Amino acid sequence: MSQKTEKLIDKKGLRLDGRKPDELRPIKIEVGVLSNADGSAYIEQGKNKILAAVYGPKELHPKHMALPDRMVLRCRYHMAPFSVQERKSPAPSRREIELSKVIREAIEPAIFVEYYPRTAIDVFVEVLQADGSTRCTSITAASLALADAGVPMRDLVVACSAGKVEDTIVLDLMDAEDKVGSADVPVAYMPNLGVITLLQMDGILTPEEFEKAVNLAIEGCKKIYALQKEALKAKYVSVKEVEE
Amino acid sequence: MSTIVVRVKQKQIAQLIAKGKRLDGRGLTDYREIKVEQGIIEKAEGSARVLLGKTEVMVGVKIETGEPFPDTPNEGVLTVNAELVPLASPTFEPGPPDENSIELARVVDRGIRESKAIELDKLCITPGKKVFVIFVDIYVLNHDGNLIDASSLAAMAALLNTKMFNYEIEEGEIKIKPGCTSLPVRRHPVSVTFAKINDRLVVDPWLEEEQVMDARLTITTDDDGNICAVQKGGSGYFTPKQVFEAVQVAKEKAAEIRKKLGW
Repeated sequence: MSQKTEKLIDKKGLRLDGRKPDELRPIKIEVGVLSNADGSAYIEQGKNKILAAVYGPKELHPKHMALPDRMVLRCRYHMAPFSVQERKSPAPSRREIELSKVIREAIEPAIFVEYYPRTAIDVFVEVLQADGSTRCTSITAASLALADAGVPMRDLVVACSAGKVEDTIVLDLMDAEDKVGSADVPVAYMPNLGVITLLQMDGILTPEEFEKAVNLAIEGCKKIYALQKEALKAKYVSVKEVEE
Repeated sequence: MSTIVVRVKQKQIAQLIAKGKRLDGRGLTDYREIKVEQGIIEKAEGSARVLLGKTEVMVGVKIETGEPFPDTPNEGVLTVNAELVPLASPTFEPGPPDENSIELARVVDRGIRESKAIELDKLCITPGKKVFVIFVDIYVLNHDGNLIDASSLAAMAALLNTKMFNYEIEEGEIKIKPGCTSLPVRRHPVSVTFAKINDRLVVDPWLEEEQVMDARLTITTDDDGNICAVQKGGSGYFTPKQVFEAVQVAKEKAAEIRKKLGW
């Protein structure tokens, strides 16, 4: 692979896959894809293919972990061994443990945790194929799975990344841009409340560039939010068709 | 559990913060007293102990040789690990690293790595085969809040204190020569952590503030005031405005700390 010698942005200002700097990858979302789960969602964002499932609210085991005044939200982000170029060991890596934590903390602000004391909700995210910004795509799918499970929420959480590639601030990084680019800023956002629930960054950005990247990511979130709502409605439209 | 006590204090802490004051008498953007001691473990190549108020963190640096990562064959390897030792807090349990210690290590790692604080390209022995591996082990000895900032400071202090033996390379083998030199450290990333309590941000939260905070935000900046790492934690949220204001405060505070420590 000689991606390093390739230019990430060509003379016309277009990216490797022909996108403009502020353009999202094609997104396909489907809600309610798993029959066993209480809620589920499948998302494709570019080459990312991610499945999220929600089980609960249910009784918590071990019982002593239960909280008297609220539910416990648990989250597992996991990558399939075949999801990346070199086989990934199925054992959870340190990266996956950190991402499980930040994804949980990104979706928790949306949930009315106090409605279900002494219970647990499990959110499972399986990355079937990874192509950059998987934590963002996972959050978008996980919050849809929660909504599909009927968990009362303040808003859908939607996430999108922005970053810096060859001195340009770009939206929705894919793997090649994430690896070679100079910064990556994943953002999760609740559009109705206008608040950020996940924010990370690695790379080097001036404070001005950082502000630009966060604002661009928020714009991306708003576009994906519309697709999220559409996908959620689509599930019920199709159910109606079957009944008729 | 201390949750009941904390809830009683929560109101008091929040009311004080609304007035721009804090339970321990600090202003909203004041750090606790920072004490740095270097070279306290003779058997480590570098070491430091940092006291941030009552929070105490020790870092030891060990250097070994090993294989480089396949995508960076000409660079040394940096590995950061954190141990929340059970003697440091009643809430720390013995056992393999949990998500909190992994997050702590990875946030410290990100600051050092992304700011390119260590000149890793100077730590190559045989490209693609043998490089120096720098192990930064964070040891939390007393937990009184803001482990991220205390650990980041201790890690940088230990790296600045790290000595490597002089060597020559003969047919891919290392030959040790007398004397030693400092590890090539060129940048000084400093992390600044905020807690959001009742919609206000405070710098360097201590334990009681951490127990009542809604969310946490860490911003690491380098010597030029550029941002090199950000991490939001906790189950709350921030408005974009709060984030951008925090960036400015983080930049100022980091510069103050760097000046104070002579970095």
